Amino acid sequence: MFELNEDQQALVAMVRDFATGALAPHAAKWDETKHFPVDVLAEAGALGMGGIYVREKFGGSGLTRSDAVMIFEELAKADPTIAAYISIHNMVVWMIDTFGNDEQRAQWVPQLASMEALGSYCLTEPGAGSDAAALSTKAARDGDDYVLNGVKQFISGAGSSSFYIVMARTADTGNRGITAIVVPANTPGLSFGANEKKMGWNAQPTRQVVFENVRVPVTNRLGEEGSGFGIAMKGLNGGRINMGACSLGGGQTALDKSVAYLKERQAFGGPLINQQSLLFQLADMETELVTARTLLWRAADALDRGSPDAMKLCAMAKQVATDAGFNVANSAIQLHGGYGYLSEYGLEKIARDLRVHQILEGSNEIMRLVVGRILAGA
Amino acid sequence: MKITVLVKQVPDTEEERRLDPATGLLDRDGSESVADEINERALEVALRYKDANKGSEIVVLTLGPAAAVQALRKALSMGADSAVHVVDERLKGADIAVTAAVLAAAVQRTGFDLVLAGNESTDGRGGVVPAMVAEHLGLPLLSSLNTVELTAETVSGEVSVEAGSLAVSAALPAIVSVTERSAEARFPNFKGIMTAKRKPLATLTLADLGLDAGAGSGISTVLTISERPARTAGKKIVDDGTAAAELAGFLAAGRLI
Ligand SMILES: Cc1cc2nc3c(=O)[nH]c(=O)nc-3n(C[C@H](O)[C@H](O)[C@H](O)COP(=O)(O)OP(=O)(O)OC[C@H]3O[C@@H](n4cnc5c(N)ncnc54)[C@H](O)[C@@H]3O)c2cc1C
Repeated sequence: MFELNEDQQALVAMVRDFATGALAPHAAKWDETKHFPVDVLAEAGALGMGGIYVREKFGGSGLTRSDAVMIFEELAKADPTIAAYISIHNMVVWMIDTFGNDEQRAQWVPQLASMEALGSYCLTEPGAGSDAAALSTKAARDGDDYVLNGVKQFISGAGSSSFYIVMARTADTGNRGITAIVVPANTPGLSFGANEKKMGWNAQPTRQVVFENVRVPVTNRLGEEGSGFGIAMKGLNGGRINMGACSLGGGQTALDKSVAYLKERQAFGGPLINQQSLLFQLADMETELVTARTLLWRAADALDRGSPDAMKLCAMAKQVATDAGFNVANSAIQLHGGYGYLSEYGLEKIARDLRVHQILEGSNEIMRLVVGRILAGA
Repeated sequence: MKITVLVKQVPDTEEERRLDPATGLLDRDGSESVADEINERALEVALRYKDANKGSEIVVLTLGPAAAVQALRKALSMGADSAVHVVDERLKGADIAVTAAVLAAAVQRTGFDLVLAGNESTDGRGGVVPAMVAEHLGLPLLSSLNTVELTAETVSGEVSVEAGSLAVSAALPAIVSVTERSAEARFPNFKGIMTAKRKPLATLTLADLGLDAGAGSGISTVLTISERPARTAGKKIVDDGTAAAELAGFLAAGRLI
């Protein structure tokens, strides 16, 4: 469990080659120009990254969650923002493959797995974030259709995605009244807000998604009516460890850059790495990353085995890994002195990108809530 | 069409590569080994033909130590159908002449319409193995092609020469080597990586190839090798108004201008 097997070594080597060639050289420019590189995403899709843990039958790669976290860490070493979007997309494809029926899989999974079409996950609303079960977007049954009305907030990929999995209210029964519905981009009544101006994650759009009498057939529903909240939460288990992996990748790059920099930077009569307090700082950063990675791999393994404590471990790993990644990136800025603050050195971007991983897919406070509730048996 | 692609495991060019002063051989433990990039371009030529002509077969072949199997697996993950690994203790330190003789015997045994190779490896850089294989087999060689066009009966392409370029062609069967300007190699996809293990991979010894025991010992001997001299500090020119003249003098003395 703590060593990469031969297959994983080959998977990671390929992802590294792809990420260093196709992502890393452009990451700074994409961040600066707020460019969402859908063409490069399609390249990633052709290599199997659009449906990593989706079954092969409809075009997925059939890999494990343990493989996936290694893949996301490697992608994020080059660009956390693109890696994180690919994670969200994978969550969407997995939800269709897992909770859809064969007709729905055949219709949507192949084009999503190849990333010719992109997907978005629509849970959060302006008035319902952490308390997602309080969402109010309505899906009213009308014959063989649902008619959706409401607003989703902070939706990654919105405006560029072809398919939106929308968690909408079909009954006033709390989290048991929520249903997951697939809405294609070209459906009349669907519109998007402006691309949000934000601290990081600039290479992927974040927008409101607005539903005004959006009519989709009942056959676009995933699973049963009322099962949507469970579907959304199950998707997030995997999303959370992937987000953790993205933070580790960014953190690892920041640490590697810091080690190289301190070996080179001369002050007080020698390279700065000779200052033991700085060497200890590097050691702490390495320990924090390895600690987080160890827990993350355990959580991924639990998800692979369908272990009953998977949800708890995923929440713990998300919190620990996203905190570790951000802390390491932030320390790396300090270790680079004034140069760390310059965009050119690439560290401030990593910190900006990783910051949001502590907030989304369940904030790190909500991760404590998940763990605490399980602990209290509530 | 059956295409055999020659591949080689070489030390990663990203790292420092060195010879072992005691044996005169390449220090294979000193750096990470990877499939030589130039072979991946040769494989890409074959894969593109196969993409357009279903039913074509691609065999990848290497001569090298046990660990060279990684280069074969990489080629299989990219889309080759099967692999042949010639591995024999007696081939340790095989020189170019021996390598070419063994490869020729191996491709003959495997069968082919076309043999594709890189024009030179990034480690030894002899650049003659494809030509020697062609000589052994008595087949035409198209060497150092920048582009390759392949039909069921012929292969043709463009070669850079000092004064321009040549358009060359040959009837199949033939041997072709490609340059770094040929097709950019694809990445293996996840499915390719996961199925590579299930593809046939044959291991052959010298005996399997009907080559006698003496075939392994090279016909050339490395007498001595010497390490590259340590770098010495360069000369600094401080500009006191005469720097340009001094610089020009330096270049002229070194016959650089
Ligand atoms: C760039 C970006 C991309 C996003 N992408 C998506 C997406 O694709 N799809 C999607 O559905 N959502 C997305 N989100 C939304 C994200 O998941 C939410 O922002 C997050 O869940 C927090 O919700 P909120 O912003 O409403 O904060 P609130 O829920 O209002 O929380 C405010 C603060 O209070 C804390 N808090 C709340 N409740 C508790 C509690 N019970 N105990 C202790 N602390 C608590 C929170 O941790 C937080 O610190 C994205 C957000 C961002 C910024």
